Amino acid sequence: MWPGVLLIAPALTAIALLYALPLLRSLITAFVGEDGHPTLGNLAKALEFYGADIVYSILVALGSLALIAFVSIAIAGYLTLGQSRWAVPLLRWIYRWPLFIPFIVAGQTARSFLARNGVLNTLLTDVGLVDAATATSLLDWRGLVLTFAWKQIPFVTLLLAGAMASLDRSTIEAARNLGAGRLRCLIEIVLPQVRPQLLVALVLSLVTIMSVLSVPVMLISGNPTMMTAMMAHRVTFYGDYAVANALGLFSYLLTAVAAWAYLRMSLREKSN
Amino acid sequence: MRSRHPAFSRLAETLGLALVMGLAAFVVFGPLANLAIWAFAEQWFYPNQWPTRWGFEFWARVFRPRAGAWESLWNSVSIAIATVGLSMVLSIPAGYALARLTLPARSLIMLVFLLPQAFPSLPIFVNIAAIFYGLGLNGSLFGVVLVHSLPGLVYAVWIATASFAAVDRSMEEAARNLGAGPLRTFRDITLPQAFPGLMAASIFVFLDSIDEFTGTYFVGAPDITTLPILMFNASMGGNYQIASITALILLIPSVGFMLVIERFLKADVLSRIGR
Repeated sequence: MWPGVLLIAPALTAIALLYALPLLRSLITAFVGEDGHPTLGNLAKALEFYGADIVYSILVALGSLALIAFVSIAIAGYLTLGQSRWAVPLLRWIYRWPLFIPFIVAGQTARSFLARNGVLNTLLTDVGLVDAATATSLLDWRGLVLTFAWKQIPFVTLLLAGAMASLDRSTIEAARNLGAGRLRCLIEIVLPQVRPQLLVALVLSLVTIMSVLSVPVMLISGNPTMMTAMMAHRVTFYGDYAVANALGLFSYLLTAVAAWAYLRMSLREKSN
Repeated sequence: MRSRHPAFSRLAETLGLALVMGLAAFVVFGPLANLAIWAFAEQWFYPNQWPTRWGFEFWARVFRPRAGAWESLWNSVSIAIATVGLSMVLSIPAGYALARLTLPARSLIMLVFLLPQAFPSLPIFVNIAAIFYGLGLNGSLFGVVLVHSLPGLVYAVWIATASFAAVDRSMEEAARNLGAGPLRTFRDITLPQAFPGLMAASIFVFLDSIDEFTGTYFVGAPDITTLPILMFNASMGGNYQIASITALILLIPSVGFMLVIERFLKADVLSRIGR
């Protein structure tokens, strides 16, 4: 036992100093007032000042996750059940590109691509889908949802397509032979079997969306915006760690609820 | 559709498929092409739909000898190399212990190495910055290396554990039976076999550090400028050309990594991650 403990001790110490200590500090600071006494005042202040941002963050996250889930299921499903000899490899090649592209780069390109006079509106005007006079900027909640989805769809698709590829093909073939269409096959046979992987990928994406600072700062000017941007604002402009940490507590709670829902669902499935 | 001629419906299907593939390609590559347009647009004012003058003027400006880009590039690369070094020195023994040795509460330890990825990281970075401020580490390269090592360590421990678990035990036992000591067995048998996985972990940590923004923003700013910070400042200052050129530079390691990852991260290692 001791050799193992000795080998792992340095890494555990690093995690304790770089993660556990700041985590404890964030939790404690959220509940301590200016006078040093325990208080719920910071939480109340965070709710009062940033309640709209919390709701906004939840809605943007849910919208992003819905879009991510829908597109990832469509792509992974087509990669698994598609029969075209050219389209399947082509799509497999295309979809991965944003996977390792940094969020900050995605934020920069979204900032200029989705603007009112941006390239997207220019192209849509040229094609005749949008009237130049009424073209609007997409740099609001729509821009956030599109940017988060653009970055996270490859990640979720990668996990989902991997899970689908390792499924037993015989049930799929049997359903196909009995005349089930590919869409029905995807929804009724493939999807229920890969639901755990889909949920894990979505929970991890939620954590990512709740951690990214650059994208909301670069896309959204003014309020309401994502909680991350407001936490950074509270710290850099006011040096107010207490309210920032109280706001951070709400972002922990949000992801904790998602993780809890996932665990409960997977436990219930195991007991069945 | 069924009443139509089969050749006609096949043509319609191919056309529809081509349309969807074209749309997918546009969604993925359109925003990237947009960066390239901005990087070479010397003059682009409203109401012109497209740039009115193209060229390398801004590239020359970014890469002027005393411009900030060289310093940021140097900072980014040296921070990333130091982060890889620190993360791997800590995680190779940890990964070996988690994969091979008996540990008390092993699953709890695995959980500890998972937690930093399971909750939003921004509050952690904010509080690391507050702690570092008291220690005088804010605005120092070492402070930024430490803050980059938190996500780095998590990835490295996971992948290193999976890589050591994928090493064939019988070869290690054979070496021991032939009289090799534990250290020699590790050096000559275990390490070479785990090498591709450890290499993948190093690349992953390197890339994560090169791209890292939030931690650097809180711990390093305003003294330490990395490429992401340079890009962010240029963008917020409205200098889209400089921001796009920096963004294109940041894309090089990302895309390069995507193209080589499968060579290093084999399926037998991938399937063991998190176990």
